Amino acid sequence: MSTTMTHEAAHHEEHPTGLKRWLFTTNHKDIGTLYLWFSFTMFIIGGIFALVIRAELFEPGMQIVQPNFFNMMTTLHGLVMVFGAIMPGFVGLANWQVPLMIGAPDMALPRMNNWSFWILPFAGIMLLAPMFMGGNFASGQGPNFGWTFYEPLSGQYQHLAYFVFAIHLLGFSSIMGAINIIATILNMRAPGMTLMKMPLFVWTWLITAFLLIAVMPVLAGCVTMMLTDKYFGTSFFNAAGGGDPVLFQHVFWFFGHPEVYIMILPAFGVVSQIIPTFARKKLFGYSSMVYATASIAFLSFIVWAHHMFTVGMPVAGELYFMYATVLIAVPTGVKVFNWVATMWRGSMTFETPMLWALAFVILFTIGGFSGLMLGVAPADIQYQDTYFVVAHFHYVLVTGALFGIIAAVYYWLPKWTGNMYSEKLGKWHFWLSVISVNVTFFPMHFTGLAGMPRRYADYPVMFTDFNQISSVGAFFFGFSQLLFLFLVIKTIRGGQKATAQVWEGADGLEWTIPSPAPYHSFATAPEVK
Amino acid sequence: MSVSKHKKPLLGLVAMAMLLVAGPALAELHFNFQEPVSPNAHEIMTLHMRIFWICVVIAIGVFSVMFYSMFKHRKSKGAVPATFHENTKVEVLWTVIPFLILIFVAVPATKALLTIENTSGSDLTVKVTGMQWKWKYEYVDNDNDPSNNVSFISSLVAADRKASESGDPAQIAKVPHYLQTVDHELVLPVGKKIRFLVTGADVIHSFYVPSFGVKKDAIPGYVNETWTEIQKPGTYRGDCAELCGQDHAFMPIVVKAVSDADFKTWLAKKKAEAEAAAAEADSNKVWTLKDLYAKGDKIFHGKGGCHGCHGENGQGNPPVFPPLKGSKIATGPVKDHIHLVLNGKPGTAMAAYRDQLNDLELAAVITYERNAWGNNTGDVVQPADIKAAR
Repeated sequence: MSTTMTHEAAHHEEHPTGLKRWLFTTNHKDIGTLYLWFSFTMFIIGGIFALVIRAELFEPGMQIVQPNFFNMMTTLHGLVMVFGAIMPGFVGLANWQVPLMIGAPDMALPRMNNWSFWILPFAGIMLLAPMFMGGNFASGQGPNFGWTFYEPLSGQYQHLAYFVFAIHLLGFSSIMGAINIIATILNMRAPGMTLMKMPLFVWTWLITAFLLIAVMPVLAGCVTMMLTDKYFGTSFFNAAGGGDPVLFQHVFWFFGHPEVYIMILPAFGVVSQIIPTFARKKLFGYSSMVYATASIAFLSFIVWAHHMFTVGMPVAGELYFMYATVLIAVPTGVKVFNWVATMWRGSMTFETPMLWALAFVILFTIGGFSGLMLGVAPADIQYQDTYFVVAHFHYVLVTGALFGIIAAVYYWLPKWTGNMYSEKLGKWHFWLSVISVNVTFFPMHFTGLAGMPRRYADYPVMFTDFNQISSVGAFFFGFSQLLFLFLVIKTIRGGQKATAQVWEGADGLEWTIPSPAPYHSFATAPEVK
Repeated sequence: MSVSKHKKPLLGLVAMAMLLVAGPALAELHFNFQEPVSPNAHEIMTLHMRIFWICVVIAIGVFSVMFYSMFKHRKSKGAVPATFHENTKVEVLWTVIPFLILIFVAVPATKALLTIENTSGSDLTVKVTGMQWKWKYEYVDNDNDPSNNVSFISSLVAADRKASESGDPAQIAKVPHYLQTVDHELVLPVGKKIRFLVTGADVIHSFYVPSFGVKKDAIPGYVNETWTEIQKPGTYRGDCAELCGQDHAFMPIVVKAVSDADFKTWLAKKKAEAEAAAAEADSNKVWTLKDLYAKGDKIFHGKGGCHGCHGENGQGNPPVFPPLKGSKIATGPVKDHIHLVLNGKPGTAMAAYRDQLNDLELAAVITYERNAWGNNTGDVVQPADIKAAR
């Protein structure tokens, strides 16, 4: 049910400044900005870890770091990118855009919104601080057990408490954020905006928020059991004490699989906004897109053990999880076909947001294909824990989720700043990134098929050539992102003035207000026909 | 925006597809699986190629439509946008057809999985234990007495380790089968169904031999089963495939597949050696400090693998791997030292060595640790002391 809301005009003359503004803000635009800058910072940090990995893997032999330090790099690269870059990036987009797109003045719970953000820097510190403990930095004191932190290996980690508490903090942030999003979307839509009139980005975030509320508590339970196993004498995951190491994997992946859909559904929403705008044609099959997203979300709960095909599961279990997993290809395929059908017989222009969105459709689909292959349980015996898996998830997470965030930033930056970004720089950023991302990750399919396991600090000589190609690509990709930073800062500081509409084919409430969007917008709810 | 740039990914895909067509024949170029030498590996290869081709065909289909549209339906070419935004018939088709394609994939996959997971009717059973950071193999015979099974530990050879630490490409190039050479290979017969019982001693490892199409997690508290039948003699190399700590990349699997006759001869020889070693260790012989020290030195830097964590000169890598030089354990009460080496330290990377080394070997390595690097306790630990402490 949506309700019309008005606010006293006087209250909204306020536009705070300085440090106190950023610490105490309850404004969804400010909080969105905070999330996005935090996300970008973590992206750079996680990227540095990736470059350490790729530098070490350029050649066989340990040239730069010790094996344990390397394991720490792979672990922190994953954790920082998943929990620090991608998830906060999408929350930042949600904060900026959801109220604007439904005609609401702000999020439903603005103070909780502030706290959802400000927990994050503390969580980040707690995650990374152990790196600097113990006085022997080069030996790698930080978490070193993979971003999936399987027991019993993670139980051997000296500073486990810091890791557990970092995850708890991250979970609180996500859960509170998700509650806020659901409350906002269900209660604060402008009159006339029924659920089936909402923009797709809002729909995908509504569904994502439910996924978050369902599975972040499971993750919290998982790490709490790790904590008690190490410090309070329980044996949840310790076989010698009567517990079960595989239980860890079931609990973790029950969180973990929906988690990857949490990271991709908002990107689906972004692409569903961008392609219609630049094709000047309505999104094809709106209701199917909503149902497909909901189906994907539902299925995501019942496929988790496809991450565990070599664990020694009974055959019946393996068969079930194989069937359920490959089934996800159907609604995902529907979405891809609908995007293509939106393009078909449209009138397309290829500004930078459209380039990123189209690259998403092509490259995410490639990631989807390797995912389908991985879902075939007997074949997975060969793929599991090799670089084939690494190739798959980097395609869906980098060319998928990350490209979705970047596309969204290009798309909405004129609305946020009031200035057009430089189309020339944007295209340079795009082409450098697209080419280098493929140079980095496509060879990993081959490395994996050839038998190179993942999380390997050193490798047999036969894998050298493809590793070198990947490493070169990685450095190009990493440095190309500095161009993005330069462009964003340049645009914030000035540029060609943006209109309210910004893009000729854009449709939606956010394009009915001026650019830059006023600090307080939709103080009076608009009427939606 | 020139058309060729849009076609780049498509051309790349076609190139990769072409290279993969030759599949097995191109194995030496490492684009695809290693050459399959077991029925399961062959089945998996067939299944993999089948799904791969389906994906390629769908990709070419979808991307062609996209590229055509990007070329033809652009504003700069004067395209006027159509207004359609739904078509139930088409949507039903592209929901049902993919579903049917999935069934086409799932049926042979089901058949393959049922064969691969059927370990019954095996001719030989080998118990595989993953440890930090080596493998232990045990040949199970039919006498229901594990104490006389041939068993040994298989570790990466020291030359590979040294080359890795040097980081020097020239040194690495000189090492044959870098990172995939072990001191004691897993010898197996060809043409026999071999069942592997896979378990873990400390954390989760994974027993992975690509040529066999075998991968099974080695989990503490579990005994997993898998099988293979090796179709031709040769040396086949695999790796640990589950992150298990510092030396995850340094615990390869090397299988030497020989004729059944050669295998039986080898196994008999190994059994005789094991009995002799057991006799030597089990006797109440009293050893001298000098002999135990020499033996312990070899074990510390070799079979026991202690140097991997505690350093070539006992210096360790604190704080995770404590030094033994001048340590409280190595210079304090002997019985605490014996207890630690026998039973490990749960919650850390210090493993229990009770099942990895026999009484003589343990006595030797502990004696060595108590007298090397200036520790000079003068203590001598006898095999009988170890036996008593078990």
